[in-house]
Amino acid sequence: MTSAISSGITSLTADQVRQGLAAREFSAVELTQSALEFAQAENPKTNAYLHFSPERALEAAARVDRKIAAGEDAGPLAGVPIAVKDVIVTKGVLTTCGSRLLERYIPPYDATAVIRLEQAGGIILGKTNCDEFAMGSSNENSAFGPVKNPAAPDRVSGGSSGGSAAAVAQGTAVLALGSDTGGSIRQPASFCGVVGVTPTYGRVSRYGLVAFASSLDHIGPLARTVSDSARLLQTIAGRDPNDSTSAFAPVPDYLRALDGQVKGVKIGLPKEYFEGLASETGDLIAKGVEKLRALGCQIREISLPATKYAVACYYIIATAEASSNLARYDGVRYTTRAQAETLSDMYRSTRGAGFGAECKRRIMLGTYVLSHGYYDAYYLKAQKVRALIAADFRKAFAEVDAIVAPVSPFPAFKIGEKIDDPLAMYLSDIYTITGDLAGIPCMSVPCGKTAAGLPVGMQILTQHFDETGMLRLADAFEKAGGFAG
Amino acid sequence: MKITGKEVRYVADLANLKLSAEEIARLSKDLDEILTHIDTLNELDTSNVQPMAQVLYDAGETATLREDSEIPPLGNAIALANAPLAGAGYFKVPRVIAKVNE
Repeated sequence: MTSAISSGITSLTADQVRQGLAAREFSAVELTQSALEFAQAENPKTNAYLHFSPERALEAAARVDRKIAAGEDAGPLAGVPIAVKDVIVTKGVLTTCGSRLLERYIPPYDATAVIRLEQAGGIILGKTNCDEFAMGSSNENSAFGPVKNPAAPDRVSGGSSGGSAAAVAQGTAVLALGSDTGGSIRQPASFCGVVGVTPTYGRVSRYGLVAFASSLDHIGPLARTVSDSARLLQTIAGRDPNDSTSAFAPVPDYLRALDGQVKGVKIGLPKEYFEGLASETGDLIAKGVEKLRALGCQIREISLPATKYAVACYYIIATAEASSNLARYDGVRYTTRAQAETLSDMYRSTRGAGFGAECKRRIMLGTYVLSHGYYDAYYLKAQKVRALIAADFRKAFAEVDAIVAPVSPFPAFKIGEKIDDPLAMYLSDIYTITGDLAGIPCMSVPCGKTAAGLPVGMQILTQHFDETGMLRLADAFEKAGGFAG
Repeated sequence: MKITGKEVRYVADLANLKLSAEEIARLSKDLDEILTHIDTLNELDTSNVQPMAQVLYDAGETATLREDSEIPPLGNAIALANAPLAGAGYFKVPRVIAKVNE
C-alpha cells in the first residue's frame, strides 16, 4: 500500500483519486486492493456493507489502469471506491434488499446507475445494508442486523440508506449510491454527518432499483463533500429509455455550478418546520442559517401550510404502492419458497415467513387503503393532499430560490429506542417526505454536531431540476462552515 | 377502533400473508394507531383539488416511444436462474388443477 493511500483513505475525495492516478502515486488496482482490505477490516464496527464484490471491483480497476496506460480518459470517477445500496441490482453480485426473501438473489442485469458509474471509471466495492426493501428510518429493519452509527456505535445510522451513509462517514467508501422514497438518503446522511442528495423525481433512472413506491422512489448520491456528490450525480443523471419516468431535461454541468455565487440568493424558512424545534438540532440549524446570511443570502420566513398532513398522505401513497410492488415476492421467481401443498398456501407461507415486521405492516396498510370501499377515502384523498403539498412548494418558489429546513427533528437515536412505536417513527419523517411527495430536489449537508458529538444535517430544497442552485448553495455553505467531515 | 382483528385477517388474506395470532394482535393495534392519525386528512377540504398521480412529465406524449428494433432478451435459462424450482423451461409451482378422478 502506498503512503498516499494508507494515510488518507478515510478522507479521500474523488478529485484526490483522480490526481493520485494522474501523478502515478498509485494505480487503480492498488487503490482498490487497499480500499477493499480497509473496508473489510473496518466493516464489523458498523455492519455497513452486507457483502463485497472484490472480483468485479478489481476487474473494473484493471480497466481503468489499462485506459490510463493507453493515455485515454479513464472517466470522471476513475478509480473511485463506491458502495452501492443493496436495493440496486448488480449483475452477478448478490442483491438482497436487506430481506431474507432475497438472501440468495443474484440479479441477471445491472441497474442503469450502476452501468453509468462503472462507465465513468467508478469501482464498486460492495453492497450496503439497508432497511428491508428500503422501508424504515433507522436501518433496524434489515434482516441482516442494524447499521451502527460511525459517530456513536450504540446509535442508529438512520435509514433506509444507512449502510451507504455509514460507509461514506466511516471512510470505507469515497462515494455511495442510496435510494430515497421518504427521506432515505437525507436522514441517514444527516445522522452520519455526510452529504446526501435526493435529485428531482425522474432526474436519475430507477431502472434496476428494486421498486418500493414507484411515484416516490429516487436514486441519489452520498459523499463526504458537496462537490463529490455533484460529480456522482453528474454521472448517473439523464434520460434512460429503460425507465419511462426518467426525465428528458438536459443535465447541466453541476461541478461548474459550484462557483460560490450565492450572494442575494433568496432563502425561505418554512415556519411549520421550525415550530417545536427548540432543541440542539434547532440551534445548529439556526447557526447554519446565520452562516448563509453572512454569505449574503436573503433569509425570510415562508409558510407551507399543508405540512402537517404530509406524514398521513405519505403513508397512504407509499404503502399502497408498496403493497402492489411487493406482491411479486410470492415464492415463484425469487429464490425463496416455503413448502406447501397448494399454490395459495405456498404464496402465503413464503410471504409470511419471508417479510419482516415493518414490511408486513406496510403491505397490510397499503392493501387496506386500496381495498374495496376504502379507495376514495384513503388513496384518492391522499393524492389530493399530495397536490396541495406540491402547490405549497410551487407558491413558495415564486418568492424564494431555495428552502432551508431541518432534516430530522433529532440526531441519531439509540438502537432499539424507537422500534416499538411505528407511528412515532413515521412522524419523525415529517421534514423529508414533503420533498419526495412534491418530487423536488433536496439534500442534507452537514451542519455541525451536538455537544455529544452527534452530526446534524441541514436540508436544502429547490425547484424541479434546480439541482444546480441547490448544490451551489450547499457547496458555499460547506466551504464557509467547514462542517464537512 | 378503526380496524378489528377480523378486518386484519381479511386484509392479510387479500395480501397473501400468513400471519400468526400474535402478529394479528400487534398489527391490529399498529394499524389502528396509524389509521387514526391518517384521519387528520379529513380536516382538509379537497373537494376542488385534482388528485396528483405523478410528479411531473416534461415531454410530449410520444417521447417515450422508441424505434421498433430488436433487443436481445435475457433468455430462458437466465430468467429462470433465481427460481426456487424450475423445469422444462418453466417456473414450477404446486399443482393447481387436480385430475377429476383423483
